[in-house]
Amino acid sequence: MTEPILEARDLHYSYPDGTEALRGVSFSVASGEALAVVGANGAGKSTLLLHLNGYLQPSRGELRLKGQPVTPATVGQARRAVGMVFEDPDDQLFMPTVHEDVAFGPLNFGVPYEEIDQRTSQALAQAGAAHLKDRPPYMLSAGEKRAVTIATALALQPEILVLDEPSSHLDPRGRRRLIELLKALPQTRIVATHDLELVVEVCSRVIVIDSGVIAAVGETVELLNDEELMLAHGLERPHILRHLHPH
Amino acid sequence: MRLAEWIDVGRIDELGRLDTPVHRLDARAKAVTVLAYIACVMSYHRYEVVALAPLALFPIVMSSLGRIPWGFLWRRMLVAAPFVLAVAVFNPLLDRAQVTALGPIGISGGWLSFSSIMLRFVLTVSAALALIACTGIYDLCSGMERLGLPGIFASQILFLHRYLFVLGDEAQRLARGLAVRGFRPRVLRLRVYGSLLGHMLLRSVARAERIYCAMVARGFDGTIRTQRPGMLRLSDAAFVFGWAGYFAAARAWNLSALLGDWLVRVAR
Amino acid sequence: MHMADALVSPAVGGTMWGVSAAAIAYSARKVKLQRKDSLVPLMGVLGAFVFAAQMINFTIPGTGSSGHIAGGLLLAILLGPEAAFLVIASVLVVQAFFFADGGLLALGCNMFNMGFFPAFIAYPFVYRVLVRKQYAAPRGWVAAVAAAVVALLLGAFSVVVETKASGISALPFGTFVMLMLPIHFAIGIVEGLATAAVVLFVARARPEVLAGGEPAAGRRRSLRPVLIGLLIAAGLVGGALSWFASTHPDGLEWSIAGLTGHTELAQQADTAHQKLAQVQGGSAIMPDYGFKRPGAAGQHGAARAAPAWPAVSPETSLSGLLGGLLTLVLAVLVGLALRTRRAPGAHTTVGR
Repeated sequence: MTEPILEARDLHYSYPDGTEALRGVSFSVASGEALAVVGANGAGKSTLLLHLNGYLQPSRGELRLKGQPVTPATVGQARRAVGMVFEDPDDQLFMPTVHEDVAFGPLNFGVPYEEIDQRTSQALAQAGAAHLKDRPPYMLSAGEKRAVTIATALALQPEILVLDEPSSHLDPRGRRRLIELLKALPQTRIVATHDLELVVEVCSRVIVIDSGVIAAVGETVELLNDEELMLAHGLERPHILRHLHPH
Repeated sequence: MRLAEWIDVGRIDELGRLDTPVHRLDARAKAVTVLAYIACVMSYHRYEVVALAPLALFPIVMSSLGRIPWGFLWRRMLVAAPFVLAVAVFNPLLDRAQVTALGPIGISGGWLSFSSIMLRFVLTVSAALALIACTGIYDLCSGMERLGLPGIFASQILFLHRYLFVLGDEAQRLARGLAVRGFRPRVLRLRVYGSLLGHMLLRSVARAERIYCAMVARGFDGTIRTQRPGMLRLSDAAFVFGWAGYFAAARAWNLSALLGDWLVRVAR
Repeated sequence: MHMADALVSPAVGGTMWGVSAAAIAYSARKVKLQRKDSLVPLMGVLGAFVFAAQMINFTIPGTGSSGHIAGGLLLAILLGPEAAFLVIASVLVVQAFFFADGGLLALGCNMFNMGFFPAFIAYPFVYRVLVRKQYAAPRGWVAAVAAAVVALLLGAFSVVVETKASGISALPFGTFVMLMLPIHFAIGIVEGLATAAVVLFVARARPEVLAGGEPAAGRRRSLRPVLIGLLIAAGLVGGALSWFASTHPDGLEWSIAGLTGHTELAQQADTAHQKLAQVQGGSAIMPDYGFKRPGAAGQHGAARAAPAWPAVSPETSLSGLLGGLLTLVLAVLVGLALRTRRAPGAHTTVGR
């Protein structure tokens, strides 16, 4: 059995004001798989995601990336290996042009100037946003912004791509493009989302989080089809499954 | 600051992204030339009016080659004019001694200096606008950083510029939200004002935290790194020295008077 | 309070540029030393916040009019003096370029007038001292209004000094001061009220946000930069006052002579001065206009005969005017020609 690329062991985390966000979360992710993290608002999804690149450190428990624990000392490697795509693109596109935003990561990690253009072109092409290279971010549509944020993460050539609510604010076409992109990307993908239809299309496995603990783990269709389970954790069975797998 | 002004900010950005010979010049060359120009314009004696006329060539050429609409420049100038007018208008009131004459009409020093101030206003403001509209804020900041501007200050300007629209949109949405519920923004009471701005402030702070998180996720360690801007070229040097020469000539000799004298002589 | 280039001489503008540049360099270093990377996005966003906040007005209690916040003091409360100064300076840069609010030569003056006083004087020496971490009413209101008034009065006074030192406006020092100070006193009250309103809200909702401005426990604030700043301010004030009290020659002439050494210009100035001096003796409306008094020894050395009329023939000034107009027309024609050179539709945005 190959080693999981990412492994969370009993993660606990409390915010400075005392709120317990994670109360013992453990799971593992295999290399190349697409894993969904679903749960009601406030369940702890975003907090969990912020642990995956070392931005937050658990108060108890450990996160292992490629077998090595993620600590304040090794956080740099975690950031290079785990690309994050956040919910609000405006939070993530803070440079004057798309090109600068995509180059931001590589420049920070010391990629030589001569290689920067190549890296950014590659990342933008992968994300389907090559034509946006010189645009300022405020001139982009929601779908374009989303594609560019993915490119900014891809520019560091990460092994894992983590996305927080990637399909929010997208129109149907933008959403369709996103789904196709996510399906095509070779990296390990971890997607936290309310968009259960997207989960069915993109992800093979699902983690259900409720109140800071993992309520269920399993194959996508099997889990999401379980109406009782869904309702118990503030979710519902996605419509697409009602048609594909009528009960 | 109303909607019209916000739109103009976007317009200036758009203009900054055009591709013209002026745009392609190095930002440092343009910035230095414009600053020299402004210093030159302001170095004239307070009563000089016609001697300033040849200097109008610079902003005119810059804006023409840079494809900045003159109507746009004019509009921006009008907006900024009132305060200068308010101060300048005292000159003709206070300085009424006749200093020169135009045919039979006597002209007081006050009117000369008033005209001079307003002319200088037009020249300096149009030069500044031409600079930003032909260069773009990013190239300008990068260029100034090469000239010694502290990096953290250059980044500050760029970040501010970036989030200007984002926060402006949010503020307008908030204001509209209030309007829909019956509050007209003009009659906000202080307590409601404090609450509204307080909310806006906290949302801004929260956004800043999220941006920081995104920056750190891509390896941010305190320094904003940018790709090296290009090297200075011959055209940049030609631009700077050419215009500097023209400014010096205009300053040293009253070109208007020379031209006028020659005309009068020819007409005879 | 934004000064335009048209009223600032290169000497004054250059000097204040130097002062502000030093302040920026100092503040940038101080902020870097704090090692709070999260300040970078925070400062940027708060700068944008200032613009957004200026779009919203509130009614000033007791009057019918409305006002809005300028934000300098609030920034100091949120970020501390050095970071706040950088943000204010960046706001002024954007205002100068994108809103033509304030000139480029005058940028140094504006940064000093509107940034230095709230951040380095009013905040640490008035606001902090009065508030002592208790932001609630009534202390919060008093502290904010007092600090804002101090900042604005000092700023307004600087504007007057800088304008007079530039020698372009004819407003006499006394009149200018009497116009500026009361107005800016009122503006200061408005600013203080607006600032306090926001601070009180934030203090109740998320007080830790305000801790950004507080000096960390045990961190000794170096007084040296503040003292230097105070010395500069004192120098400006003292110098201005003594200058106008003395009978020294007008600073403008010194700067003209120094800059150009052009005798023709000096002659023009001379005859103008002569005429004016003659007139001034008679009409003592505004005695301290600052021009050279008749009989005072001067660098120009022109004959001190008192002509009834300056030695300018109508023909000469007419041809000068003609030449000036023609120059303008030529310039505009050149400009138009350069515009229509390009084919229509060649309006492309090419990437770098």
